[in-house]
Amino acid sequence: MEAIYIIATGAVIAASCGLLGSFLVLRKMAMMGDAISHAVLPGIVIAFLISGSRDNIPMLVGAASVGVLTTVLIGLLYRKAKLNEDASIGVTFTFLFAVGVILVSYFADQVDLDQDCVLYGEIAYVPLDLIKIGDRFLGPRALWIASGLLIVILLFLWKGYKGLYITTFNPDYAGSLGISTVFWHYALMSLVSLTTVISFESVGAILVVALLVVPPATAYLFTHKLKSMLWLTVLFGVISAAGGYYIALWFDGSVSGGMTIISGLLFTIAFLRSLIKPKPAPTAK
Amino acid sequence: MIWNSFIEFLSFSDPNVRMVTFGTIFLGISSAVVGSFAFLRKRALVGDAIAHSILPGVAIAFIFSGSKNPYLLLLGALISGWISIYLIELITDRSKIKADTSIAIVLSVFFGVGIFLLTIIQHSGAGNQSGLDQFLFGQAASMRGEDVLAYVIVGALLLIVTVLFFKSFKLLSFNPDFAAASGLPVRFLRFVLNTLTVLAIAVGIQSVGVVLMAALLITPSAVARSWTNRLSYMIVLAALVGAISGFFGSFVSFAAPAMPTGPWIVVILSVLAMISLVFAPGTGMVARWYRQRKNRRKVLRENLIKAFYHIGERAEEFSELVSLSDLQATRDFTSRELSNGLRQLEKRYLIIPDGNKWKLSEEGLKEGKRVVRLHRIWEMYLTERMRLKEDHIHPNAETIEHIITPDIEEQLLEELGYPEMDPHESEIPYDKSKPRN
Repeated sequence: MEAIYIIATGAVIAASCGLLGSFLVLRKMAMMGDAISHAVLPGIVIAFLISGSRDNIPMLVGAASVGVLTTVLIGLLYRKAKLNEDASIGVTFTFLFAVGVILVSYFADQVDLDQDCVLYGEIAYVPLDLIKIGDRFLGPRALWIASGLLIVILLFLWKGYKGLYITTFNPDYAGSLGISTVFWHYALMSLVSLTTVISFESVGAILVVALLVVPPATAYLFTHKLKSMLWLTVLFGVISAAGGYYIALWFDGSVSGGMTIISGLLFTIAFLRSLIKPKPAPTAK
Repeated sequence: MIWNSFIEFLSFSDPNVRMVTFGTIFLGISSAVVGSFAFLRKRALVGDAIAHSILPGVAIAFIFSGSKNPYLLLLGALISGWISIYLIELITDRSKIKADTSIAIVLSVFFGVGIFLLTIIQHSGAGNQSGLDQFLFGQAASMRGEDVLAYVIVGALLLIVTVLFFKSFKLLSFNPDFAAASGLPVRFLRFVLNTLTVLAIAVGIQSVGVVLMAALLITPSAVARSWTNRLSYMIVLAALVGAISGFFGSFVSFAAPAMPTGPWIVVILSVLAMISLVFAPGTGMVARWYRQRKNRRKVLRENLIKAFYHIGERAEEFSELVSLSDLQATRDFTSRELSNGLRQLEKRYLIIPDGNKWKLSEEGLKEGKRVVRLHRIWEMYLTERMRLKEDHIHPNAETIEHIITPDIEEQLLEELGYPEMDPHESEIPYDKSKPRN
C-alpha cells in the first residue's frame, strides 16, 4: 500500500507539473519555472509562521502569490530596467531564495521545515500523513491535495486550451483576435506557482523543475503536435514516478532524486534517438 | 550597539572571523570577475546550471575515494561542471530544444542525480559526510585556512588570466562572430572562460551553497553594468561590489551568529542591485522614466502647436483666437493632454491666452511652421526618394517630425531642393526670418 501511495502521489504531481511545463517549454520560459520554484520559499515560510500548519488552502494560495510576484518582478527588471532576461531571472530568484533561507534559519524552532526538505523534499513520508474520517483512512493527505490540483489544471486546460494555444504559438495573432496574452501569461504563472508550492514538500524546490521541464522536453522531441505532446508528457511523468520509486528502493536513495534520474534517462533516450534519426528533408509548402 | 560590534569586527581579533571575512571577500571578487563575462554573453543562468551540476561530481568523488579529500572533491566538481556545460551546448545545438530548456534540463537532472547519490551516502552511513552537506547550503562560518588559501589562489589565477586575455574575452563577449572572423581561437577562448567559471563556482560553492552561487556570479555585474558602459570599469566595479557584500555578509553573521553568511551576502548584493537598477543615472528606471516623460511632453507640445498652425492655415489667418473645441476638432487630444499641453505652451510664451481662447505668438508661429515643415519635407522625402505611395507616408511622418534635428532638416532640404509643396499639395512653410544658405 505504501508503494502505491508514494507512486500515485509522485505520478499525480508529475502529471500536473508536466502539463503546465509543456507550455513553459514551448514559450521558452523553462527557467521561469526554475525561478518560481526557488522564489516561493519565503512565501512558504511566512505562510507557515502565520498559519502554523502545512496545507490550508488560503496559505497555499498566499505562498503561491509570491511566485506570481516573482514573475512580475522579473518582468519589471527586464522591461523597465532593461536588464537582460536571464540576468533578471537570476537576480530575482536568488534574492527571494536567500530571504527564504534566512527566514528558515531565523525561525528554525517555529517552522517545521528543514533545509534538506527545501531542496529535495520527502515524498517517502507521504504515507505517514493520512486523512482519517471516522474510522476510515482515506489515503494520504498529500495525494488528495495533489489530485485536487491536477483537477484544477485539467479544467484550466480544457476551458482555456484555445487561449493558451494561440498565445503560445502566435501571440501577435492572439492580439489581433482580442485574446489577451498578458491574461494567459499570468494565468499560467499562477498555476505554475501553485503547483510548485504544493509539490514543494514532496519533491523539493529543484526537482520540481525537473518535473516541469524534463518530461515535456522529452515529449517535444517525439512530436510536434501540442495534444500528443501533452499526453506523452503525462506518460513520461508517470513512468518517472514509478521507476523513480523502485530505483530509490533498490539503491536506498531519495525517491525524488530517483524520479529525476528516470526522467533524465527517458530524455537521454529521446535525445539519442533524435540524433540518429535523419532529419526529414525540407519540403516546399 | 551595532557600532560596537562593528568596531570589534573590524579589529579582526578573532582569527576565525578574519579567515571568513577574507575568504568571502576573495570569493566575491573572483566570482564577480568571471560573472561579468557570463553576464555580457547573456549566459548568466548557465552559471546557475553549473553550480547545480557540480553536486554529482562531488558525490562520486566521495564515493570513490571514501574520504573528504578536498582536492579530489574539487576535481570531481570540475569534471561534472564541465560535462554540464558541454551537454547544454550539445542539446541546444543538436536538437530543436531551446537554450533555456536545455539549461533547465541539465540543471535539474544533474542535481537530481547528485541528491540521489548524496542520500545513498547518507543512508549507508559512510562515515563523516557532513562536509558534503555544505555543497547544498554552504557553510561560510566553517571556512578554514586552506579554503581561504584556495580562494586567494583561484582569485589570483582568474585575475591574471583575465588581464592576459582581456582583449580577446572582450571581443568574444560582445561580438563572437567577429571574433571568429578575425582569426581568434574562439573555441579555445571559450574553453578558458568556461574553465574559469567552473573553477570559481566549484571553489565558492562550499561557502555559499548551490543556489546562491548564481547570485555571486550575476548580481555584481547587474549592479556594475548600470553605472558604466566600459568593460574594464564594469569588471573592477563588479569585483568591488562582490568584495563589499562579502565583507558585510561576514559582519552580519558575526553580529548575529545564528545568521547564515551566504544568504546575507546575497541579500546585500540584491539590495545594491535594486538601488542601482532604480536610481543609476542614464540606465536606471528613474532616469528612463524621466527621459520618457520629457519626450512625451515634447511630442505633446509639438502636436498641439501643429494643431494651432493647421487651424491658422485653414483660416489663412494666424492671429485668430482658437478655442478648445477647435483644437479637439483638429486632432484627438484628451482633455488632460489639452490642459497639460496648453499650460506648457503658455509657459514657453508660444501661445497667448485670452479668456478661454488662445492664439499663436510670434515665436509660436515659428515653432508651428518648423514642426509642419519637418512633417511635410519628410513626406516629400518618402515619396521622392523612397518611392512610397502618398497614402502610406503620413503615420511615419507623424513620428519622425519629433526626431529630426536642424542638421538633418538642412540636409533633407538640400537633397530635395527646397520644395514648395508637399505630396498632398500643401504648402511647406519656411521660416522667412532665417536666410537660406
